[in-house]
Amino acid sequence: MEIPYTDKPRPDTGLYNAKLGIWLFLASEIMLFGGLFSAYILLRVNAAAGFWPEVKLAWPHGLLNIPIGTFNTAVLITSSVTVVMAWASLKMHNFARFRMYMIITVLCALSFLGIKSYEYNEKFTHYEVRLNNGEAYTGHLEVDGHHAGFWEFGSIYNLEDLKAKKDLKSLKFTADPPRAKPGEHVHGDGASHDHKIMDLKLDEVAHLDAFIPRNHTFFAIYFTITALHGLHVLGGALVLFYFAFLSNRLWKTNPEQFTNRVEVGGLFWHFVDLVWIFLFPVVYLL
Amino acid sequence: MSASHSSTLPAHGSGSAHAHDHGGAHDHHEPGFWQKYIFSTDHKVIGIQYGITALSFLMLGFLLMICMRWQIAHPGDPVPVVGRLLEVVFGAAEGKISPDLYNSFGAMHGNIMVFLAIVPMAFAAFGNYVMPLQIGAPDMTFPRVNMASYHCYWMGGIVWFAGFFLPGGAAKSGWTSYSPLATIAEFGSRFNGQTALLIGLVLLITSSLLGSANFIATVIQLRARGMSWMRMPFFVWAQFVTSFLLLLAFPPLEAAGILQLVDNLLHTSFFLPTGLVVNGAQLGVSGGGSPLLWQHLFWFLGHPEVYVLILPALGIVAEVIANNTRKPLWGYKSMVYSIIAIGFLSFIVWAHHMYLTGMGTKISTFFQTTTMMISIPSVIILTALFISLWGGSIRFNTPMLFAISFLPMFGIGGLTGLPLGFNASDIFLHDSYYVIGHFHYVVAPGTMFALFAGIYFWFPKATGRMMNETLGKIHFWGSLVAMNCIFAPMFIQGFKGMSRRMSDGGATYFGASAPMGSDPGVLKLNNMIYMSALLLLAFQLPFIFNFFWSIWNGRKVTSDNPWQATTLDWATPTPPPHGNFPTEPVVYRGPYEYSVPGAARDFTPQDQKDPKA
Repeated sequence: MEIPYTDKPRPDTGLYNAKLGIWLFLASEIMLFGGLFSAYILLRVNAAAGFWPEVKLAWPHGLLNIPIGTFNTAVLITSSVTVVMAWASLKMHNFARFRMYMIITVLCALSFLGIKSYEYNEKFTHYEVRLNNGEAYTGHLEVDGHHAGFWEFGSIYNLEDLKAKKDLKSLKFTADPPRAKPGEHVHGDGASHDHKIMDLKLDEVAHLDAFIPRNHTFFAIYFTITALHGLHVLGGALVLFYFAFLSNRLWKTNPEQFTNRVEVGGLFWHFVDLVWIFLFPVVYLL
Repeated sequence: MSASHSSTLPAHGSGSAHAHDHGGAHDHHEPGFWQKYIFSTDHKVIGIQYGITALSFLMLGFLLMICMRWQIAHPGDPVPVVGRLLEVVFGAAEGKISPDLYNSFGAMHGNIMVFLAIVPMAFAAFGNYVMPLQIGAPDMTFPRVNMASYHCYWMGGIVWFAGFFLPGGAAKSGWTSYSPLATIAEFGSRFNGQTALLIGLVLLITSSLLGSANFIATVIQLRARGMSWMRMPFFVWAQFVTSFLLLLAFPPLEAAGILQLVDNLLHTSFFLPTGLVVNGAQLGVSGGGSPLLWQHLFWFLGHPEVYVLILPALGIVAEVIANNTRKPLWGYKSMVYSIIAIGFLSFIVWAHHMYLTGMGTKISTFFQTTTMMISIPSVIILTALFISLWGGSIRFNTPMLFAISFLPMFGIGGLTGLPLGFNASDIFLHDSYYVIGHFHYVVAPGTMFALFAGIYFWFPKATGRMMNETLGKIHFWGSLVAMNCIFAPMFIQGFKGMSRRMSDGGATYFGASAPMGSDPGVLKLNNMIYMSALLLLAFQLPFIFNFFWSIWNGRKVTSDNPWQATTLDWATPTPPPHGNFPTEPVVYRGPYEYSVPGAARDFTPQDQKDPKA
């Protein structure tokens, strides 16, 4: 039994099966990310003002690392270009060049994920603290000379446990320099560089938590969407890696089908990029 | 998923040598049991796998419901016969159904019936088995993806079922899993029934994605020569539109499911408002979320899902009616355009489930209008089916009895939905037994009767043997009476203000407050409904017996086309082999050329060139 149109396009649709299949899959993916982006909009519109320290905004602003995010965007766009070059090389029957471009693509994907994990870690060690007297800060907790992560210290759940520790009365807290408030005229690069080192008395602390999902719906949606996107990057990278190294036998037996597969993989890869192109301005810039 | 194997598509066009290279060692041997029945890539085997699994889940969901009906009819009494079993399996103290267990059963009954029974049966089982045959395709476009779809499906079902054995029991926040209830029901224990429900849901949505993309690609790519769009049987159109609903409406629910999963596991507040107080204490979460967000995402799936339940049923009924009236379907084209219109409109009616949330009159009016609009194409289809009966020489066999009775049953279900589509009347009827009566009329005597019609109709194609007619008629008449005795009283109970959520069947409610216009007399109907449910169970026994007995002992069919039908599914050998058609069929005519004047017989198959032959 043979299934028609696995490698040749059907005349009336002009598509081979897998190409139609991937477009349908991507339509579904658009609805998935569309749902999440809608959730982002609704949460943001509904957010109550005055919650965040320093920025008296309903929605956290400027807490993500924009230069690194921009760099990561460039990395993904580069990979989008190279994946097309890889496919084009196959069309020109140059397998060695295909493999080179594919390796670059996979390396881009891995660096994107590496940079993303660095960013995640930055958030996991960054704290928001609110005191009983209403003052609030963002900054880092110093423990034994390093920035403590959320798994080491304070959360809304175990602040009481922390206070109950007899030997621990205070924490060393390096507050971030004050941020420019929206609409305010800013001098220079927008922030002074005075890090205020404080001795945080546990008895005065009302709330202490790192920038992790449970801290605020902004981080909740940020981590959820970027993690889901990260999984897509990882999945895509695995498939492209497989194309580059593990399936060259198909190239020898049925080059047309192999090229089609790379095209389909490339379409998915472009979609993953496109999600990031929307995600970057939405969570970093707006 | 598919890319992890070296040969994703087992039957690549020019790659027969290559197929031999890549794990194709089995190609030339008779496949073993596992290859043939469990890890099969044949759409017909997958359809049967789906069918058997879905029917089992249907029975499970039904049994849960019988326990619930006992509790409603006799609040607090130990369940007879199975009480001991409930004690052992679900930890029901003294064999009684506690309110918590009742809630679990209620939530799981709804979820099992919708996601594990009806949709897999109507869409995946019938669609997989019949649709490729009807368009003259050798298989689905992506046979391995098709197999993966089935395996995701049963795994999702197992994960749900495992929820019953987690601490706190299975999910108990209704089939809608409304937040914050779904999150705070077992707050603190992360791996609870709700978590299992959400993880299972992700598996089921994956399954539906793989299935629906496959269906659409198959219809677009693999139609036989001459099978133009307007020559496709109505059943194929129904499956095609349903696939789009599944493909596009399910992902937002997946998004919602992921968000609720994160709420439950990482204690975020996507759906938890600020200042949420539970048991007198403020919940230790950040707040700032929106319970309405869940409802919007849920019903964005939830409403198209209703059409996922009904459209394949309409498709089956159309096939059976055309065949047994020996007449073309009346208004085939308007039916096709109507089903496409339903598909589009079903995406913009979802908030009519949310009138009580106080959306504002403008939004309510919009959704009220679209809801009334979508009833028009539905009525067109139903009317066309009714008119198709006119002047036909009707054969009253079992499939036809089920198909004909579908029409008024679905009619009752549809018409009782109109008061729920209007804002003003919905506010009174919302969450009452009226709603239960309404959608069960659509799904139980509606869709399920169509499914039974389909089983009796295509059974001879799948097995080569007919099901027993006498047992079939007992099954039909008994089920018809029992179904109506179950669901019709619910309309009365709903009008009298009985809420759908109470585990004691409304006894406390009517006893304590007896609100104006309410009538405790409707509680007496609870026992009648319970007895009718038992009757319905009893009348399924002839079906179950008939089904298995006929596989081996039924009357053998004497031709490949025992019903004398016109569509391509009857042009295959019986049962169809792997690859379906000995030679690729060519289609010369529309799907329902019955009783064409001048033709040699009263039916002219689609692949017959000369009607006089």
